[in-house]
Amino acid sequence: MTDPRISIIIDRLARIGKIVAVSSGKGGVGKSLVATTLALSLAKKKRKVGLFDLDFTSPSTHVILGAKGAQPTEEKGIIPPKVHGLEYMSLIYYVGDEAAPLRGADTSNALIELLAVTLWGELDYLVIDMPPGIGDAVLDLIRLVPRIEFLIITTSSRLAFETVKKQIQLLKDLKIPVVGIVENMKMTESKKVQQQTEALGMKFLTEIPYDPDVEGAIGNPEKLFNTHLGKKVQKIAQTV
Amino acid sequence: MHEWALAEAVIKTAIEIAQREGITRVTEVTIKIGQLQQVERPIFRFALSQMKPAEFKNAKFRILTAKTMLKCRVCSNTWQFKQAKLDKEIAEVIHFVPEAAHTFIKCPKCGSPDFEIAQGRGVWLESIKGAKQP
Repeated sequence: MTDPRISIIIDRLARIGKIVAVSSGKGGVGKSLVATTLALSLAKKKRKVGLFDLDFTSPSTHVILGAKGAQPTEEKGIIPPKVHGLEYMSLIYYVGDEAAPLRGADTSNALIELLAVTLWGELDYLVIDMPPGIGDAVLDLIRLVPRIEFLIITTSSRLAFETVKKQIQLLKDLKIPVVGIVENMKMTESKKVQQQTEALGMKFLTEIPYDPDVEGAIGNPEKLFNTHLGKKVQKIAQTV
Repeated sequence: MHEWALAEAVIKTAIEIAQREGITRVTEVTIKIGQLQQVERPIFRFALSQMKPAEFKNAKFRILTAKTMLKCRVCSNTWQFKQAKLDKEIAEVIHFVPEAAHTFIKCPKCGSPDFEIAQGRGVWLESIKGAKQP
């Protein structure tokens, strides 16, 4: 018996220029905010951009976008709706506000299903918001999406950066490209994360100061662009 | 209509297997579909017929149904999925992403959403038969 979904995935992604997974070894570091703002920033530059929320058990990009009422359409596959100029895909269309308690194998199956039936069409960028850690979603994307690149988010905390170092090591061992590291929610002047990142042979993209205004900008992309986070991520969008 | 996307995946995989095994004229393709995904057979079959390549011209598509068995990880209860018992909207959601079953279906014995889809989830390519180049 063969799973027919696997071989079609490469075709579904064939007309996408760059596929960037925004990821971290740790949760709560701002992956979803950076992923969503990065996608919005690229779209603001008139690029064709998709955003795919792969954090199935704790999705939040729809909240950051303020996506309401949008639904995919069906035409020989699933076509993501446009939300603030992004082709936006999330499990949220199917489970709504209900919990999706998925074990690893179920997460993999849902990920493969959505990759196999979603018709992205032609895009310059597909930004993927990853769940935390280096579990099923990371391993599946490495297995199924040969052109995947990772953008890694950490905070200044050793608790976050120690997990990020393990993720970097894994990606280096597997020869998976890393766009760079972003230090988010920075509250001190320390350059430790930048130095350690560079010592690992990785590109340190930027540091984003802790910004209490971000919470009030959730659900409003225009407001989000005007936060420190928004301004820094727009700069990253120029280099990705 | 996302049956077309699934059918396209089956055709592409079948072509790859046929090439790998040196089958030049495919006579039969057997596909197994789990009840949970509720694939619309007429649309799926029509999509297969429209997308099949020349070497599949005379191929017969056998579509088998696998009943869906769910097994609770908490109390070990095993039960069969019945589409008729579901609300239409929920059935449609599970049709698109079968794992949404964990959101909307609970173990009838203990109420847990922590169950295993033991069999009959989605679409599988079971086998290909045909003539090999002499």
